[in-house]
Amino acid sequence: MTSPSHGTVDRLLCAATAVVASLAVALALVVAPTDAVQGEPQRLMYVHVPAAWLAYLAFAAVLVASVAHLLTRDLRWDRRAQASAELGVGMTALAIALGGIWGRPVWGVWWVWDPRLVTTAVLLLVYVGYLGVRGLGDDRAAGARRAAAVGILGFINVPVVHFSVVWWRTLHQPATVLSPDPAPMDPWMAAALATAVVAFTLAGALMVRRRLRVLASADAPTAEAPRPPTDAPAEALVVVPRIRR
Amino acid sequence: MTAADVPAARRRQLPVRLLLVAGVVLVAVGVLAVAGLQGSLVYYRTTSELVADPELPGQRVRLGGLVVAGTVETTAEGVRFELTDGVQDVPVVNTGQPRGVFQEGQGAVVEGILGTDGVFRSDVLLVRHDNEYRAPADGTGRPAEDGG
Repeated sequence: MTSPSHGTVDRLLCAATAVVASLAVALALVVAPTDAVQGEPQRLMYVHVPAAWLAYLAFAAVLVASVAHLLTRDLRWDRRAQASAELGVGMTALAIALGGIWGRPVWGVWWVWDPRLVTTAVLLLVYVGYLGVRGLGDDRAAGARRAAAVGILGFINVPVVHFSVVWWRTLHQPATVLSPDPAPMDPWMAAALATAVVAFTLAGALMVRRRLRVLASADAPTAEAPRPPTDAPAEALVVVPRIRR
Repeated sequence: MTAADVPAARRRQLPVRLLLVAGVVLVAVGVLAVAGLQGSLVYYRTTSELVADPELPGQRVRLGGLVVAGTVETTAEGVRFELTDGVQDVPVVNTGQPRGVFQEGQGAVVEGILGTDGVFRSDVLLVRHDNEYRAPADGTGRPAEDGG
């Protein structure tokens, strides 16, 4: 049986995501005007920017959870770092793919070797490496510590990616909102973007929560043994049947 | 904790595998960095830099700037226009097909060679749009502020 708190929070998150995402779709596709210069392809902003934002947020969560893991050696923090990193890798790949689809009609090319795109590709590689490092060897605790070190060092690249458009000349345009020098944006476009960012963030939180329960069940037989017996079996009973079958 | 349960022999294998993976990651990042950033830390030159640097004419470079309003014309050779950084104007003839949302008053990055006649001949034209997003002012597809 589902522990009521987990289930309730998940259902609330799920409902909130559905409502906000529907609103974002309506705002992005119907209400927001077509961009004067770029035309319809500019609407890709409403998925490209939230994907990049969620990647930043996920990697910030990896940083915090990695520091917490090194301080406490608690594997719960390690699982939070891993689940966040998985989300971040997916969102980085999504942002790159959507950026290519946006770039082809507007810039004229899918990909250019400009600093924003190159640093983003490096960001993806670093966190794919982070996920790879965890699996090296059979020692769960040592893998978690190594991953935490990569998770902390890897975050250096996040501000480099974000400010690459300020520090270097790029084909990629500078940020409009999260920028030292904000630029004008149509209010309905801004509303669509903000709503889409909230929708992505809610969906990301939901995915991380669900993934955490899977990871906890994988750790349960060995690492979770010292935990109070009332807690561990409840989680194991919930998750294992759902995932394995 | 759990580290103590793992046989020592198993843990000794780790550095080799760790080094292997670290090596692969380093090589991948290195290749990306060299192939990508070497040419693109300065992704494009400005028109002033192109004209001021005696090394650049005759070399294949990327040149970026704003497309000067009123200079775009289609000729037999290709599209002819002037790029500016606000100080220096450089005439450009692009033989490739202009792609993207190429238009006057917007940014563009061209790849090619500055000839001795002062004309930059390019075969790749990319559009560098700005970070402002707005609705068309009058249905012409152009923002009102772009007029002048």
